[in-house]
Amino acid sequence: MNEILKFFMEYREAIFIIILSIFLGIEVISHVPSVLHTPLMSGANAIHGVVIIGAIIVMGHAGNVLSMILGFIAVVLGTLNVVGGFVVTDRMLEMFKKKKTQK
Amino acid sequence: METIVTLTKYFEFSPYISILEMSYLLASILFILGLKKLSHPDTARSGNLWAAAGMGLAILCTILFHKTTLNDGTAQGIHNIGWILGALVIGSIIGWLAAKKVKMTAMPQMVSLFNGMGGACAALISMMEFPRMQSNLAAVQATTMLNGEALAILLGLMIGGVSFAGSMIAFGKLDDRIGDIKSPVLRYINLAFLILLLAFVVFVMFKAPVSGENWMIYALAVLALVYGVTFVMPIGGADMPVVISLLNSFTGVAAAMGGFLYHNQAMLTGGILVGSSGTILTILMCKAMNRSLLNVIIGAFGGSSAAGEETGDKTVKEISLSDAAVLLSYSKKVLVVPGYGLAVAQAQHLCHELENLLESKGVELKYGIHPVAGRMPGHMNVLLAEADVAYEKLQEMEDANNEMNNTDVVIVVGANDVVNPAAEDDPSSPIYGMPVLKVWEARNTIIMKRSMAKGYAAIENNLFYHTKTRMLFGDAKATLQKLIGEIKNL
Repeated sequence: MNEILKFFMEYREAIFIIILSIFLGIEVISHVPSVLHTPLMSGANAIHGVVIIGAIIVMGHAGNVLSMILGFIAVVLGTLNVVGGFVVTDRMLEMFKKKKTQK
Repeated sequence: METIVTLTKYFEFSPYISILEMSYLLASILFILGLKKLSHPDTARSGNLWAAAGMGLAILCTILFHKTTLNDGTAQGIHNIGWILGALVIGSIIGWLAAKKVKMTAMPQMVSLFNGMGGACAALISMMEFPRMQSNLAAVQATTMLNGEALAILLGLMIGGVSFAGSMIAFGKLDDRIGDIKSPVLRYINLAFLILLLAFVVFVMFKAPVSGENWMIYALAVLALVYGVTFVMPIGGADMPVVISLLNSFTGVAAAMGGFLYHNQAMLTGGILVGSSGTILTILMCKAMNRSLLNVIIGAFGGSSAAGEETGDKTVKEISLSDAAVLLSYSKKVLVVPGYGLAVAQAQHLCHELENLLESKGVELKYGIHPVAGRMPGHMNVLLAEADVAYEKLQEMEDANNEMNNTDVVIVVGANDVVNPAAEDDPSSPIYGMPVLKVWEARNTIIMKRSMAKGYAAIENNLFYHTKTRMLFGDAKATLQKLIGEIKNL
């Protein structure tokens, strides 16, 4: 029990952010029309590419060759996620946009 | 006075760190607003750009301002900048080209692939951080690895690994490289793997840290990859959108674990935001099909659905191309119901041609879009938009159903389950209760199909035997082409 309480105190800020973000995530997209399910999923997919920041940090203080190689791969993969994700989403949404202006 | 001293210990004030943290705050706000805007059709595109801007800001500031506090207490900036920039450039070029080159019909696969990359990235971070964490703990002679840092590393690897392997399988299935393996045994193997995976995480956490002994992290990686494969393998190809959405939220959680590890608020907010909105999105997708998430994951769809098997001799009536041409030309209102067959045949441009042709003859033509037609929700909208079909021609299911009584002809192009009357009147059918397009209420129905094969749900469709239904067999593209020719010759 004491361990749990200690854990909570140590990470209380992160826990706060996690809980509030969960509600925010639910609230923000709860009224999305089904037409936008796919682009929204794709956009969210690009956003979790934020994991690349972690890859940059690891790579930023990698010492030996193995961690250099792994870090390099991680940064490449993370960039793929970010860039590919946003570009694909934009391409999907471009089609919706074009139709709207043709009215 | 006492408190001030402790505070300054924690916050070694530096303007750079402040700028970095502010950039993370701004990035988080941009992510949230981006997601919000993405859920409205008018603002969706700018929402995507906002989120991308937030990402760019966070990446740039991390490279410029991030400092790691070393064990001896000194702060150290980012090293290997050349390599990092190189990796960023390589990733950007490949990602950009892949995203630009991919065909509209292959979008779902692409999203799955990129999702897998993110998962793999999270898993790799954990694999690199584990040895460091373990040797740090061993240095202070800790008896277990029970702490938040270890938990974040292990969960990051586990979830990231599952997400990567699962996304690759989903990619393979959508790309028709991997078939479905439906076996009830796999369900138990699956469950066993999940328990093993969780048990292993607990085992590692209770282990005493030994510097340099890192086999556990490789074993966990292998277990996570295997579970990712067995998790997605039994799920039918038609359910892949739901699976991708679920794995998408997994990767979000894996990214958040990284944020927890580095006390990085941008990663934490971004990751959890995707994790929770992704879960809700997954549930919404399931709801559009009137199924539960559990039902999708267990893969109860198809396979066992022998229900509704009819034995009576039923005949289908075919219609000739010229008859179809006449019927369409002299109709007032025509509704096209597209399905995955249209996407496969790449017949969306011909649909638009048919639309123009009929409109020139004074026929009113609209498209009835079922929310889950195709392989992803919104798939048909994207496809038809590509062929320059006007946005207002696309009718949502409810509007289309309301006007069904006044519709002269419905043309079903490569759709099956979304127009199955069993969803309305056969409680034994596995799709019973799913909202469908009630095309049988229209005066005539023409169904373009390659054969009498069943749809994804692998169930009989009584619509084909309906008295008002006429079949037009053949590849959607070829048939539409011929039909357009016939109408022109009238």
